[in-house]
Amino acid sequence: MAEQPPNHSTPTNGDVILTYRRKTFTVAPGMSVRDAIARCGLSPEATLAVMDGELITDEVVLKAGDRVKLLGTISGG
Amino acid sequence: MQPGKRPLLVCRHCDEKAVINMRQHKLALCGPHFVEWVHKQTERFIEKYGMFTRDERVLVAVSGGKDSLALWDILLELGYRADGLYVGLGIDGGLSYSDESHRYIMEFIRARGGKLTLHTVDVAGMYGASIPDAARLTRRGREKPCSVCGLSKRHIMNRVAREGGYDVLATGHNLDDEAAVLFGNALVWSVEYLSRQGPVMPPSHPGLARKVKPLFRFYEREMAAYAIVRGIEYIYDECPHATGATTIRYKELLNQLEESSPGIKLQFMLRFLKAREQHSLFAQVREQLDLRTCPTCGQPTTNDGACSFCRMWERVNARRIEDGS
Repeated sequence: MAEQPPNHSTPTNGDVILTYRRKTFTVAPGMSVRDAIARCGLSPEATLAVMDGELITDEVVLKAGDRVKLLGTISGG
Repeated sequence: MQPGKRPLLVCRHCDEKAVINMRQHKLALCGPHFVEWVHKQTERFIEKYGMFTRDERVLVAVSGGKDSLALWDILLELGYRADGLYVGLGIDGGLSYSDESHRYIMEFIRARGGKLTLHTVDVAGMYGASIPDAARLTRRGREKPCSVCGLSKRHIMNRVAREGGYDVLATGHNLDDEAAVLFGNALVWSVEYLSRQGPVMPPSHPGLARKVKPLFRFYEREMAAYAIVRGIEYIYDECPHATGATTIRYKELLNQLEESSPGIKLQFMLRFLKAREQHSLFAQVREQLDLRTCPTCGQPTTNDGACSFCRMWERVNARRIEDGS
């Protein structure tokens, strides 16, 4: 996994791309959403994943070319 | 499995793909069944803890965040008489934070036909300074404005609830909020707070409104999912002053435990409430709380004389006069 700056060049078709706030991450296909969240350094208990505009569960196995938006759920102070 | 297809978790109640898997309940649901489940659970909690009835008027404190807007949506969908209260704190933080929060609330109202009642209190307009400005002018908020903010919000919410004739004030606190507060209070054995924390705070003084937390058994993640599934847009950015807040650190710690022990956050909260009730824990502390009436605003206080809110704003306005601001 490698963290990319927000304006990085278009990833290859073989990557799974995850975005979280202004950060972009790439992970290998075949990984579950839960594992991918953890690989991005986030807690699966405090993160939701959205793909094609719909929520997806942590068990979904990511395929090459998937684009996933991660949303943090912790708020308050 | 067909080529190109991936195995998907399906809803417990139908064959549709699940949008959320709640490991602590061993329950995966599709969007419509998740919404139905949240509504039923909320109704059950309202009844179980005796929060309010359908005849009573509920004032929902809305901030523009996911929890409070989800709560307002749920109560309206369930047919409760729920109005909103927005407290304009005047926080900018480079994000126009308060203005954006208000915009999400107005969008929520517009999406429901524009007929909802929203009480708005602009702190700077009513008391003379925004929360960040007030914090700068007092010792209480010099390090962080959160203390000034919390004190002001509690006072204003109570005042509007009482003046508006509402039976109950509802806030969007979720399980993660409550578990983090419990964790923090237990770490230092703050018995006074431990004696009071719960889903219902009955008025212990004639100047106090009943306070309830209908979402207190839902995980924060579930409320975010509810907002997304229902198409509720909410302010996603954190309050600029909340960065590094202790509560957030406690939430992260509890989530680490939850990862290996699904349900531990819920058990922590529920077993605390059960133990306190069954063994009358901290009962003596509750009885000892001596509430008086603030001669300035009429709200309860443990102080002799003016309450902390009135004292703080008196100092803020005295400093403003000194500074000529």
